Amino acid sequence: MPTLRQLVHRQRGAELLDLVADVLVIGGGPAASWAAVTAAEAGARVIVVDKGYLGTSGATAPTNTGTWFVPPGAEREAAIARRQLLNGGLAVPLWVDRTLDMAWQRLHALADWGYRFPHDDSGKPYLANLRGPDYMAFMRRRVLRAGVAILDHHPALELLVDSGVIAGAAGIDRQRNRPWQVRAGAVVLATGGCAFGERILGATGLTGDGYLMAVEAGAKLSGMEFSAQYACAPKQSSLNKGMPFVWASFFREDGTRLDSVGKERSVVVARALLEGPVWAQFDRGIPELRLWLRQAQPNCFLPYSRAGVDPFTQRFPVTLRCEGTVRGVGGIKLMGDDCSTGVPGLYAAGDAASRERLTGAITGGGGPNSSWAIASGNWAGRAAADFAACETGKIRDRRATGLGRAGLRPAVSARSDSSAGDILESVREEFLPLERNFFRRGATLRQSLDRLDRTWADLRDHLPGEGLGAVKSREAAALTATSRWAYASALARAESRGMQRRLDLPAADPEFVCSFEVSGLDRIDVRRSEIPGAAGG
Amino acid sequence: MIEIVSSQRCIACDICVKMCPANVFDPVRGKPPVIARQSDCQTCFLCEIYCPTDALYVAPCAEGPVGINEAEIEAAGLFGSYSRALGWRRGKPGGSDKDPTFRIRKVPR
Repeated sequence: MPTLRQLVHRQRGAELLDLVADVLVIGGGPAASWAAVTAAEAGARVIVVDKGYLGTSGATAPTNTGTWFVPPGAEREAAIARRQLLNGGLAVPLWVDRTLDMAWQRLHALADWGYRFPHDDSGKPYLANLRGPDYMAFMRRRVLRAGVAILDHHPALELLVDSGVIAGAAGIDRQRNRPWQVRAGAVVLATGGCAFGERILGATGLTGDGYLMAVEAGAKLSGMEFSAQYACAPKQSSLNKGMPFVWASFFREDGTRLDSVGKERSVVVARALLEGPVWAQFDRGIPELRLWLRQAQPNCFLPYSRAGVDPFTQRFPVTLRCEGTVRGVGGIKLMGDDCSTGVPGLYAAGDAASRERLTGAITGGGGPNSSWAIASGNWAGRAAADFAACETGKIRDRRATGLGRAGLRPAVSARSDSSAGDILESVREEFLPLERNFFRRGATLRQSLDRLDRTWADLRDHLPGEGLGAVKSREAAALTATSRWAYASALARAESRGMQRRLDLPAADPEFVCSFEVSGLDRIDVRRSEIPGAAGG
Repeated sequence: MIEIVSSQRCIACDICVKMCPANVFDPVRGKPPVIARQSDCQTCFLCEIYCPTDALYVAPCAEGPVGINEAEIEAAGLFGSYSRALGWRRGKPGGSDKDPTFRIRKVPR
């Protein structure tokens, strides 16, 4: 039997690339990689399609990330309890424990496979950190070695369905301008979070595509109000990396120092930025830190070295970058331990899935999200392989129809004055400003939501989705839809909790130790739901 | 954003065309790739480290082109500077085992 790679090669000249697999994974970051490896280990024939390139796509590849890596036993129980005090009572200790457990196992596997971890002073490999470019280059090799076929630059535009069961996906090869379809027994969405058009590392691919495809298929999202995570970055740069700023001091334009020590950094900086420019300097911490930071986070220092600034002795202007649901929380609501979505044959992993059960109302940026990508990728890959095993033999004969609407098939008529670029700008205007998203108010949320609803109605009716243009059109549709789901959820949560900061409702309300699930495209439906097993508080 | 494909250094291997997650480059037969979609660049600097001849330069400004030229970058020794800092060589990974992040985590905040 020919391999998938051979089949792709044979279809070089065809008008449509038409493939069959047991499991289709959509995405190119760590969760997609782990899902692909795990599904292949379970015996499935796996194809990965990614908008970019598996190895450089997503928020992990350009960064250096911690992992949440805690041994089982008393130490782990203590770590879970410590975070439980911070996360607004919404996380589920059982889910935190199983995430830590899977990450613990798989990080050891990564070491066994030969990923080059550093060694600490006692000579033990230090598994609580992964260097993004190296980790993802390694995972690409591992995915290929598992026999998985990777189709880079093959953005998925829509899911396919047959009689209520997900039957694959379709999209376009954006470098050859050729449509593709993969009929599959199960699909894993590992498309990442949504960066809402912000200029942050990895944001180019992180446009909420997976959320849109999932909701079109009938899935729900949850935790979408927790989408107001912002990070310090040198002004005009893409470098939303927090570590060096741990040891920074911040200053107003007149040189006076901001009182930031011991407070939530982004809140202090956000308040000051609303009044004027803010400057920073890495002037705290021990002297050795300078060398270690430069060695460990070399990309963080590119803006300074390339501008001839020494950030340890000189002040430089900073901004806050919106990290949306990338380092926020919201995503596709998981309906079971296996990362199922409630839609038969559809699974979600990584930042495409809601991380509410792991992180509650606060960011999982760094270690927790990184361990979540590993754990959820493993669960979803395994479950998708098992689901597909029951479908074998039927996959090829399915009558698969596409579920994509807005940005692909205009409801009324395609109009050339409806532009994806303009829509992206309007999403940025509503979602990125500190005074709209970081600090929220009922009135401004409603105002933004009205405007975004009108943008949605117009793009649904008129935005063309032909050929290569469909990629940007679908991104525009996904960005608009995701902004609406986020703000509708933010209105429903009539309180402040974690990263939801409502200036009009500044206190946490014990009534809201719950989740909000959101769905719907033209009419958005937000519903309160309980979180079984949440610790509360 | 991506600013420069050095015609002096580029060997037209088209690795950047393949690996750029934002699909910024277009290949040109027998010649260096062109920056075809500069505004799609996410300023992740990864093309610099995947380039086997250190022929690419990404300016740290993510919001628009700054218009730096090849001679200035060469004179400042900036071609390949990110790869060298990481320990990547000729477009291949290296240096993750020397990452001192575990030391940083122990520094009092």
